[in-house]
Amino acid sequence: MNESAAARSERRAERSLGALSSLVLVLIAAMCTFVLLKAWPSFSHNGPMWFGWGGNVDDQLTAIFNSPANPAKWDYTIRTWPILYATALVTIISVGIGIVVSTLAAVFIVEFAPDSAKRVVSPVIRLLAAVPSVIYGLIGILVLVPFVGNHLISEGRKNAVTFVVQLSGASLGVAVVILTIMITPIMVAIIADAFRAVPNGWKEGAIALGANRWRVMWTVVVRSARPAIIAAAVIAAARAIGEGIMLAMVSGSVGFAPNPMDGITFVFEPMRPYAATIVDNAEGLSVKPFGQTIYAMAAVLLFASLMLSLGGNLAKRPLRKYGVRL
Amino acid sequence: MSSSTPLPPIRRINTDNAPTVVDPRNDNLAAADAIAAAVAPGASDRPERMRIEDLSIAYGTKPAVRNVTLPVREGEVLALIGPSGCGKTTLLRSLNRLTELTATAVATGSITLYGENIHELEATDLRRRVSMVFQQPNPFPMSIFDNVAYAIREQASRKPNKSTLLPLVREALEDAGLWDEVGDNLDHPALRLSGGQQQRLCIARALASKPEVLLMDEPCSALDPKSTEIIEELITRLREKVAIVIVTHNLQQAHRVGDHVAFMYLGELVEYGAVEQVFNSPRAERTQNYVGGVFG
Amino acid sequence: MSTALKPPNVVHRRGKDTIKSWPLADRMAYYACWAVGIGLCFIAGTLILFMLSKGLKYVSLDLIFSNPAVGADQSQTGGFLAPILGTFILTLVGTLIALPLGVGTAIWIVEYGRPTRLARAVESGIEVVAGTPSIVLGIFGLLLFSNGIFAFMSFTALGGAVVGRSFLTAGAMMSLIALPLIFTTTREALQQVPAQVREASYALGKTKWSTIRKVLIPTARPGILTGTALGMGRIAGDTAIVVILLGATLQLEKVGSAPIVSTLRGTGSTLTSYVYNNSPAGEGNAPQKAYAAAFVLLILVLVLNFGIDLIARRSKKETV
Repeated sequence: MNESAAARSERRAERSLGALSSLVLVLIAAMCTFVLLKAWPSFSHNGPMWFGWGGNVDDQLTAIFNSPANPAKWDYTIRTWPILYATALVTIISVGIGIVVSTLAAVFIVEFAPDSAKRVVSPVIRLLAAVPSVIYGLIGILVLVPFVGNHLISEGRKNAVTFVVQLSGASLGVAVVILTIMITPIMVAIIADAFRAVPNGWKEGAIALGANRWRVMWTVVVRSARPAIIAAAVIAAARAIGEGIMLAMVSGSVGFAPNPMDGITFVFEPMRPYAATIVDNAEGLSVKPFGQTIYAMAAVLLFASLMLSLGGNLAKRPLRKYGVRL
Repeated sequence: MSSSTPLPPIRRINTDNAPTVVDPRNDNLAAADAIAAAVAPGASDRPERMRIEDLSIAYGTKPAVRNVTLPVREGEVLALIGPSGCGKTTLLRSLNRLTELTATAVATGSITLYGENIHELEATDLRRRVSMVFQQPNPFPMSIFDNVAYAIREQASRKPNKSTLLPLVREALEDAGLWDEVGDNLDHPALRLSGGQQQRLCIARALASKPEVLLMDEPCSALDPKSTEIIEELITRLREKVAIVIVTHNLQQAHRVGDHVAFMYLGELVEYGAVEQVFNSPRAERTQNYVGGVFG
Repeated sequence: MSTALKPPNVVHRRGKDTIKSWPLADRMAYYACWAVGIGLCFIAGTLILFMLSKGLKYVSLDLIFSNPAVGADQSQTGGFLAPILGTFILTLVGTLIALPLGVGTAIWIVEYGRPTRLARAVESGIEVVAGTPSIVLGIFGLLLFSNGIFAFMSFTALGGAVVGRSFLTAGAMMSLIALPLIFTTTREALQQVPAQVREASYALGKTKWSTIRKVLIPTARPGILTGTALGMGRIAGDTAIVVILLGATLQLEKVGSAPIVSTLRGTGSTLTSYVYNNSPAGEGNAPQKAYAAAFVLLILVLVLNFGIDLIARRSKKETV
């Protein structure tokens, strides 16, 4: 008698916990559905050219915001190419630099650092990861941006482009620098863990063949940890794409596509990726067509981060074989 | 390599000038003299390539090797035998300074390679001249070609192209007795070879940089008898090219491949001599007991 | 070799092994690794020292304990008591929602986990949530909680539109930020409990559920606490969800008249949104206040992130 009561409560516990756990999946499904539904009008009115170029995206946003009250006359026209370009640019450059920096840092932590340094670098990495993005943004906007604007950009350079865009210091360059610092800790942790998981026999074998400590790391350890480096890059890219607050503060808040043909000025040109655009325009969400346009941007971010998360998952799977905890 | 071809006869060194008994209960000086006498080159002994002189190694406060003096002669196989924990692996690893990887290791005494103190050579240079094969085969996660070419590429000042490397790789694989089996597909991943093949690959890899001494740390203990036989055969063939020091806990193996044998116990060198002498007429009682199987 | 001449007994800890012998490219790589290592420490150190200097310069007890002044111009009067309270309330709400979700999911994955497909899907789901940008979570929250069903969570304007912005709604979305952290640490802690502990409990006749409740959860407590502290740190530091879902009112504006619930249903601000708004990016032009609030925020986040180390160390001593 008691056993069946216990068994029943056991099954109840299992089923309740299972239902609780499945909430996550329900949530994700709801998220995709809701955001896509609300964003749909913007996509449907523009088609694939939603990502295309044509006109000044900031002017288009203002026009959408100022749409007349009549739903039939709502303006949805938008070409977000400058924003798409900015997002891709800042993500790819930051992740690219970040991979190099993180790999070197991980080699330092695992191989070259003396024990005293190891005890310092670990908390340093965690600290950099823990700092809120708004503080990175604050230092960026109050220190780096004025520095760049007043000391690194000459008057001549500013005058040269003044009819196209204002160079204030808030720029692609500052954004990339801070974003790289923000994503490096994530990558270093993953890559260093993967380095430590490389079987010791390989390292010893390489040392015994006369390779110096750097060559041992580079030819054997880094090479074996390539899947981890890729996984780290993907996870960092997801983080970089989603960073809105810091980028809203330092990237210039102008829907401008920096032009690499401009030479060095390219680094100083302002821009504004998707996440920052959403942050900048968060107040206007109640205006229907405008809100839907912004939701469309959120949908793009959602889709991109979904793809990157699942991709990062797949990249991490071979690493579990080595016993790397990720 | 078939086993039907008879093994080449193992050289035996003339043991007329028999070394004196090494009794560790004597005081150090007498023992040192005895050791020195024991390893003095006889008329028919081959020249020394490496010499270990009064070497002691300790990990922190725990001694692992005590006052060992040994020669490594060219054209010969030196077998280090002894029970577990006797220090033979530590001794072997000190020959290419791998003991330095342990932070607490301290060594006193000297080890010379062709008269040069190995501690004054750059570690990377030393390890190219004194190569090592480990107990567990540890081929890199690369192709066979890349594994064998690894040491050559590391030594080269400019990036050598594949056509330059190929004859060297082929020679190393032939020396290791692996060319016939893998020569047609050198891009095959090394990790997909069998255990015995992997170990021969490691031997080929160690031979590729044309070392002067080859150190082998129980190379066959993780392998099946067939692979063991193949590797013992090639050790005997390789003697002419490279002096070999092999650590083994398998007495029969020491007898099969060794020219000189050093028996160690608790870090001390108990006896050193030609293989026939150590096995058939050992001078120290402990050697006799170990070789006779009284303890292991 | 003559026997009379004995080589000197030289003590070797390490023989010659210099960087100088390496090829140029390898030496450059070596220095680059060192440069990066030192550079990261330098950046972190500069950041902390800078915030410390600004903080000590601008923070005063007056700022911490007085509320922001009414009006757009923040540079003259008012402190940030309301944002501090806002941070605390929001962190509390978010953590309280995330804790049962995270711990429960971790328990189910580790102890039950059937059907396997569902378990793998849930684990992937947690990773997806972890990878979702918080701005997207904020947008989703806004869309979700603007529906009539959730009107109880926030304010309903005249005309029936549910505003959807409140501590409750923001807290609900914040819980998704803490959820992956709590889940991961709890799962690890549970996985590290050796099988013998469970078997011993079953052998004593305890059911699985009571084993979980009485044995496994207490054992996993350090892990759960670590995850919770990390999650709280992450919530306290997030700005995007606050900007979208908390209504950005300087004071805590209550909704309705019920004692605690009115605050939760109301809007407010947090340290993060206060810093954002007082920076040149927001409306305010009071960088001093921004620095002061940022300093307080940084202290809070660092305590949450690193304070757990002390807890972890103490609990390890107990189990040893």
